Amino acid sequence: MTKDAQVLPTRTWKKPHFISNPWLRYGFMIGLAVYLVWAFYSLPFNWERIAEGIPRAGQIFGGAFPPSFQRSGLLITGFTESFQIAFLSTLLGVLLSIPISVMAAKNIAPKPVYFLGRGIIIVSRSFHPVIVAILFVAAVGFGPLAGVLTLTLYSIGFVAKLLAEEIEEIDWGQVEAMRSVGASYMKALIYGVFPQILPRQIGLSMYQLDSNLRASAVVGIVGAGGIGGTLMNAFGRYDYDFAFAILLLIIGVILISEGISGWVRKKIW
Amino acid sequence: MLQITNLVKSYGKNEPVLNNLDLTVEGSSVVSIVGASGAGKSTMLRCINRLVEPTSGSIKLNGMELVDLRGGDLRHARRKIGMVFQGFNLIDRLSVMENVLSGRLGYVSLFQAVTRRFPQSDIDRAFHLMERVGIAHYADKRADELSGGERQRVAVVRALMQEPEILLADEPTASLDPKTSQQIMSLLKSLASEMSLPVLINIHNVTQARMYTDRIVGMRHGNMIFDGGPKDFNQDALDAVYGGIESPDEEGVDSANEERNTAEALS
Repeated sequence: MTKDAQVLPTRTWKKPHFISNPWLRYGFMIGLAVYLVWAFYSLPFNWERIAEGIPRAGQIFGGAFPPSFQRSGLLITGFTESFQIAFLSTLLGVLLSIPISVMAAKNIAPKPVYFLGRGIIIVSRSFHPVIVAILFVAAVGFGPLAGVLTLTLYSIGFVAKLLAEEIEEIDWGQVEAMRSVGASYMKALIYGVFPQILPRQIGLSMYQLDSNLRASAVVGIVGAGGIGGTLMNAFGRYDYDFAFAILLLIIGVILISEGISGWVRKKIW
Repeated sequence: MLQITNLVKSYGKNEPVLNNLDLTVEGSSVVSIVGASGAGKSTMLRCINRLVEPTSGSIKLNGMELVDLRGGDLRHARRKIGMVFQGFNLIDRLSVMENVLSGRLGYVSLFQAVTRRFPQSDIDRAFHLMERVGIAHYADKRADELSGGERQRVAVVRALMQEPEILLADEPTASLDPKTSQQIMSLLKSLASEMSLPVLINIHNVTQARMYTDRIVGMRHGNMIFDGGPKDFNQDALDAVYGGIESPDEEGVDSANEERNTAEALS
């Protein structure tokens, strides 16, 4: 054995290339380089305007210090509305995403229902909340209702998709046991499926509340209510110190909600 | 009385997993089914409560034909067939009591099931049975906090809650240590005689099959090749059931099983 090993002393090994065909490999690299150069030169960067903008940015940041909390009444109403939008849309979104996730889980839904469920999820995921908010503001007018509708749709897209994937990975034995005692579809769902996805469901809801709180500030900018609207007005009136105060508060609120949701998720597992 | 005649199960165009099987179980006898992995033991048991759809043949429980039942009729029939699984298949996140009461799901309304308002008679029965197998003090513990032997007792009680006319046990001791598995086997045996309940047990442990059951059925490649008392199950019979060429891979059977479990699975 040892002799055999000594006969072949020159064996080497190199990690195979990620793209094994050399023509394809170098062609891809060259193509990428050419595209980057072209993209950079063809985009209309106006260096003069960028140079003019830098002092203006300095002005804005200068005006933002120190942040002003004087108009705290506006701050409070804005945030209360944002909270309400976030809570309502999370609640609605999570409730609706339960049946939709069941529809969209391959292992428990018949094929046509499965495609319908997946379809709903795909549609509600295809647009960024800001675009959806613009549509809803056009449809139901300025204000919190547009915000609630937007974020409900956003929540369905996210929660239902992840929940459906969770359902597809459950321990099938528990469902089988429920079928073997003669339980109907709904009973098997409630006893055999839901307990298995419950922790994930709660974790997702907490995360979604977090996320909706953040998103409610963004959709407010396009007129869907909440603190986003207040922020937009502050910018429009050059009240940079007030705007900065709003931004600080948003960061604070997100931090707090992050902490709470992390704690709750740990408790519930 | 359970009467299986000409039972055939094949997945697609493959070799049938069960080949014209005939089996009759009368009275309250405990029957063990032995055979190598892939011999079709588990498939046969699952054909009885239709977790697996038989291809053809007939299965009669106390005179009622089970093979062509659909929907509500099938669920009504399943109530009378208790099943115990190798992996216990308890609902891990529910309490022991909820697991035990889930054996009544075929009898209560959806509202009662959701709100856990089971009839008092069910709760009495649950406590009675849990005391019988020694797990009553765990009633409010989560099922996944129990040890393997305790979990299998919960599963046995869940099956008995159904007031079954027959009990199927699919390798009930395969996930347990030797001592616990003996306890479960003797529990099944004594429960069978107490409740005059016929019990079918798939089992790999031939020694235990000899010790705890009245009758041994040997299966190989989907055929029944031995049927007799524990005393008759000698070395020759053992060789016939387990010896010789390798049995077909059980993996194939399992994955085919899972494909069938999709879509119409919960119906």
